[in-house]
Amino acid sequence: MAVVPLRLHLSFTSSPRHVSRPSLGGLLPSLSSRSFFSSANNGPPEKGAILNGTPPAHYAAEDSVALPAGLRRELMPSHVAVIMDGNRRWARMRGLPVGSGYEAGARAFRSIVELCCNWGIRVLTVFAFSSDNWFRPKVETDFLMGLFERGLRDELQHLTSAGVRISIIGDVSRLLKPLQVLLADAMETTINNSRLHLIIAVNYSGQNDIVQACQKLAIKVKDGLIEPEEINEFLVERELETNCTDFPHPDLLIRTSGEIRISNFLLWQLAYTELYFAHSLWPDFGEDEFREAVYSFQRRQRRYGGQKS
Amino acid sequence: MEKQSSNRATQLIEGLGSSLRRCICSVLSVGPVPKHIAFIMDGNRRYAKKQNLEAGAGHRFGFLALMNILKYCYELGVKYVTIYAFSIDNFKRRPEEVQSTMQLIQEKIEGLIEKESIINRYGVRVHFCGNLKLLSEPVKLAAEKAMNATACNSKAVLSICIAYTSTDEIVHAVEEACKEKRDEFRALDKSGAGYGLSGLGENATDRNSPLIDTADVEKHMYMAVAPDPDIIIRTSGETRLSNFLLWQSSSSLLYSPRVLWPDIGFWHLVRAVLDFQRNFAYMEKKRKES
Repeated sequence: MAVVPLRLHLSFTSSPRHVSRPSLGGLLPSLSSRSFFSSANNGPPEKGAILNGTPPAHYAAEDSVALPAGLRRELMPSHVAVIMDGNRRWARMRGLPVGSGYEAGARAFRSIVELCCNWGIRVLTVFAFSSDNWFRPKVETDFLMGLFERGLRDELQHLTSAGVRISIIGDVSRLLKPLQVLLADAMETTINNSRLHLIIAVNYSGQNDIVQACQKLAIKVKDGLIEPEEINEFLVERELETNCTDFPHPDLLIRTSGEIRISNFLLWQLAYTELYFAHSLWPDFGEDEFREAVYSFQRRQRRYGGQKS
Repeated sequence: MEKQSSNRATQLIEGLGSSLRRCICSVLSVGPVPKHIAFIMDGNRRYAKKQNLEAGAGHRFGFLALMNILKYCYELGVKYVTIYAFSIDNFKRRPEEVQSTMQLIQEKIEGLIEKESIINRYGVRVHFCGNLKLLSEPVKLAAEKAMNATACNSKAVLSICIAYTSTDEIVHAVEEACKEKRDEFRALDKSGAGYGLSGLGENATDRNSPLIDTADVEKHMYMAVAPDPDIIIRTSGETRLSNFLLWQSSSSLLYSPRVLWPDIGFWHLVRAVLDFQRNFAYMEKKRKES
C-alpha cells in the first residue's frame, strides 16, 4: 500500500477516512474476547509470539550506518516524539480483529526504535497510551496492556544490550502490579544506557503533567521554600515528568493516521516543536515514511519568534 | 464622472461578493460552526519581501487581512476569535522592527474602538491576553481603554494575545493559584479554625485532595475568557505552535495553509470550517467520553 506523508496544507485534498468517519462513529464493534486475538487459538498469544515472523532488530554500531539519501547527520533532530495512531483502523481496513492492529503497531514501534538508534537520534518519546484511552472497551485495554507487558519482557534484554535507556512518564499507579514492577525494573536496569533514551508515555496527559508540576511547586510554597512570585518557566520545567532527559523538548512530533491535533500529549514541551502529520496508519509507518518526516524537518527554518538567521 | 462609475462598479462587486459570502455562510451554518477559531498570523514580513515593500509594510497589509477575516468569522457566527498579535519571543527581533510593530499595534488598537469599526458593528468585546506589564505605557493604556470601551459588548469576543507566550501564561496561572491558596491558608490560620498549614500539608499528599488542581490553574489563565479553540490556523505553511495556546490546543484541529497571512481570504476559512465539520462527530464523542 502506497503511503504518502501528508503536510497540513494538503489535509483537505483527500481522505477517505474523513468520509467514512461518521459511519464508523469512532465506535468499536462489540468483540468477544476470543475474536480479539489474531490467532485462531482461544487464549492470548504465547510468550514470544508477538513479533513472529519479523527478523530481530538490528542495532548497528554507532555512527557506522550510512543515512538514507537526503538526510544530514548534523541536522538530525535530537528528540523525536511520536503519536502512534491508526492501529485499530489498520486492522478494520483489513477485516482483522483490533488486536492484530496493535500487534502490527508493536512491530512498527520496534522498527522506529531501531532507526532512531542507527540514525543518531538521542531521545524518542512515544505516546503509547493516553489517559483518555481508558474509555475504550476493557477487553481492548486489557489486551493492550498485555501486549505492552509481553513486548517489553521479550525486548528488554535486546534493548539493554543496544544501549537504550527506558523511562516511563504518566500515571502508572492505575496499571496492574506486575506491569508496574516490570516498568520499574526496566527503568532501573537501563538507567546507565546512553545511546537512545526511549521515553514511553503510559496513561499520560499533557495537562496532568503540568498540573502535577504545579502541585509540587504549590507544596514548596506552602512549606515556605519558595514564594509564588519566584515561580518561573525554569521551575515549572524542572518538575515536569520529562525532567528525566536533558532534551525535554521534542524537535519533531510525528502523528500518523491523518489526525491533525495534539490530543493532550506533551503540551508544554511542544512549544517550538515542528509538527509533522503523516497520512499513513501507524503499522504502515516504516523507514521510508520516517525518512520523509525527518527530511521535512531538516528543510524547515526554525526562528523561535526571532529573526531569520 | 469616470471616478464615480468606477466607485459604483467597485461597490457593486463588493455587494455581490458580500451576498455570495452570506449565501455560503448560510450553507455552512447547516452543519456545526466552530465556536472559537484562533489565528497565528504568520508571513507578514515574507509578504513585504515578496512584494518588494519596505520592512514594516507587510504588517499593515496583515492588519487589513485581519479585519476581513474577523468580518467573515462574525458573519459565519463564530463567537470567539483569538489572534497571536505579538509573542514575548518577538521582543528578540531588531529594536527598530519591534518599535514600528508596537506603534502600528497602538494605532490599530485606537482604531478598533472608533464608531464605524468592525468591533462596534458586530458587538465584539475585546480582551488583551498576555503579560501586559512588558508593553510600553502608551500601548498598555490604549489596550486598557479598548477593553473598557467594549466591556458592554456581548455578541462576540476578540482575544488579542500580545506580549504572550503559553508558557508564560501557565506560569502566571500557577503563580496566581499558589498565591490564592497561600492567602486561603493564612486566612484559615488567622481565624483560628484549627486547620493549620501542616494539616493542609497532609491533605496535599493525599491523592484525592491535591493542593492545586486543573480548575485552579485554568481559572487564572489569560485565556479563561474563551473556551478552548476548535480550530487553530497558522498561515505561511509553518507547522508549529510557537508557544501559542499550548494548554488549550489539546483537541484543536490544526490547519496550516501555505498562504502568507496578508493573502488569507474567505476560502481558506471555508476550508478550515469544512474540515472541522468532517471531524465534528468524532470529536464530540471524544469530548463526551472524557
